[in-house]
Amino acid sequence: MTTPREGKLLDVRGLTVRFPTSDGVVQAVSDVSFSLSRGETLGVVGESGSGKSVSNLAIMGLLNRQRTAISGEVEFMGRDLLTMPQDDLRHIRGKDIAMVFQDPFACLHPMYRVGAQIAEAVTAHQDVSHDAAWARAVELLDHVGIPNAKSRARDYPHQFSGGMRQRAMIAMALVHNPSILICDEPTTALDVTVQAQIIELIEEVKREFDIGVILVTHDLGVVAETANSVMVMYAGRIMEYGPARQIFDQPQHPYAWGLLDSMPSIERRLTALVPIEGSPPSLLSPPSGCPFHTRCRFRFEPCATERPPLVAPVPDAHPDACWLPWDEKLREGSKRSVDRLGDAA
Amino acid sequence: MAFYIARRLVWTLVVVACVLAITFAVFYLLPAGDPALRFAGKSPTPAEINQIHKRLGLDRPWYVQFGKFSKGFFIGDKYGWPGLGYTYAGQTSVKALIIARAPRTLLLIAGAAILWLVLGVSVGVISAVKRRSVVDRLAMGFALVGISTPVFWLGLMALFIFWRQLGWTGGTGYVSPADSITGFFSHMILPWTVLALLYAAFYARMTRNNLLETLGEDYIRTARAKGLPERTVIFKHGLRASLTPIVTMFGLDIALLVGGAIITESVFNLQGLGYLAINSALQQDLPIVLGVVLLASVAVALANLVVDVLYAFIDPRVRYA
Repeated sequence: MTTPREGKLLDVRGLTVRFPTSDGVVQAVSDVSFSLSRGETLGVVGESGSGKSVSNLAIMGLLNRQRTAISGEVEFMGRDLLTMPQDDLRHIRGKDIAMVFQDPFACLHPMYRVGAQIAEAVTAHQDVSHDAAWARAVELLDHVGIPNAKSRARDYPHQFSGGMRQRAMIAMALVHNPSILICDEPTTALDVTVQAQIIELIEEVKREFDIGVILVTHDLGVVAETANSVMVMYAGRIMEYGPARQIFDQPQHPYAWGLLDSMPSIERRLTALVPIEGSPPSLLSPPSGCPFHTRCRFRFEPCATERPPLVAPVPDAHPDACWLPWDEKLREGSKRSVDRLGDAA
Repeated sequence: MAFYIARRLVWTLVVVACVLAITFAVFYLLPAGDPALRFAGKSPTPAEINQIHKRLGLDRPWYVQFGKFSKGFFIGDKYGWPGLGYTYAGQTSVKALIIARAPRTLLLIAGAAILWLVLGVSVGVISAVKRRSVVDRLAMGFALVGISTPVFWLGLMALFIFWRQLGWTGGTGYVSPADSITGFFSHMILPWTVLALLYAAFYARMTRNNLLETLGEDYIRTARAKGLPERTVIFKHGLRASLTPIVTMFGLDIALLVGGAIITESVFNLQGLGYLAINSALQQDLPIVLGVVLLASVAVALANLVVDVLYAFIDPRVRYA
């Protein structure tokens, strides 16, 4: 058993998720490996349908095991979450690993008081009285910045604003001081001004409780601000994975370049955003070779037929999955360096 | 809330008045024959007919008749309030007749309703939780059979098997629980079951579909992510949200049966309200028909009100002003 403080909190190896459907097998996640340590924020970026959410649901055991084929290993505290009996996993869920979801409008039960829903998370893993659970709920609501927490705990979700609901969801996730907080696009459904507050709150929580955070988002700006490491996903695969400083300094994969080119930024004085042409491929029949080759402006000979492995092209670089020669990656990547563009402006 | 209920009650009165007027108009404007003929014996003389007309008040213009009836209803007549008048056939109180028949229908509905609610919802929940399993397919298969089987056939088959062949239950007819409590149950078990099966089938399908829809909601995923046991997820979080449409249906179904359980009443010869209404309509005994229609429409209107008020308790997002 690894000691949590120095070792990895979470070690995911070769995670693969398949959904058999009547039309064929959806290859939602293919061979995804990453790890998370305490105090680390891992940013997971990619377009919709790139397998970000599914990976996290698989880690949480929230995918229906009967209708999903999951393979690989998810090691947490020395145990594999994927093969663990459902009932053991339930005791980890919401206690050691907690999750905040995308749409706070849909994620709270409309017919129960906000306080009651948080108190329920308390009693799910702890044998305490109703009053004690309620007191804990109020305390946490106050902690995440809900004014008048004592009376607002008696409100129903529809009486909360979007930002407040997401705060309540975070409060619910913090009930048992988890060691991992998975945030699945926590700000996508919120107003821009509220987004920053929620991200700030997540960062505060991470520092205060010394936990590991997986932050799934398609907002590269959020990742640039908060993440220590970044994983770029496309069509269920990792395209590029490394320390955030390196990825924003020297992105190596054409897909990451595309994401950066299509991202609006105040510092950047580009006349127009450059979108990535086309749309993500169907995961029922992913393209042969590199999954991104159909939309890639840099594709050449081997891309359509051979899938590039996720390896570091040179010893000091981080791993990417692309056939381009290193000097071209270096040249194109440095053009898009977020810091450099900031300096130039 | 109180103001809302008061306003709804006023509207209920308006609705009941409209229903009455329409029923009255149907009988007055579309006569299937002169009611007096029924009470005049063979080949009556015009003088006899006129005399009967006068006795039943049928010689007056329709608005006088309607006015008299309305006045009796709102103010009361010699049988007390609400006055429903007297029957053409026996010159006896319609209200007394309805009060005598109502328990049969109401007890039939009450027993059947409990049965179908328990049966329908539990089968629906099992089907939803074990979706696509053998149990689910079997249950939904039976539900389809239940929905498509005519009540009169089911009733007759039940009587034939359980009463005539096996002798497990009492036969047709009504036994008052005041006379014999075992006799009451023995005679009611088949009508309850037969009436309940049809509704249970509907409710099982509805519960299953609602629950399946609810279980796909994001807040169910939240409940699982909290680490709640699956039982709590389904019964506390899932079923609660699926109940709203079921409560609506339940209220209306019960109300509609007040005048609408005719087939079951007929097959089992319970002679309740539906049976009373049909017989009276055939004999053109207008006051009885009006009385039953009145009761049924009040039941529907009140059930609607109760359902709407219950809504606010089930779903906090609904608030009336």
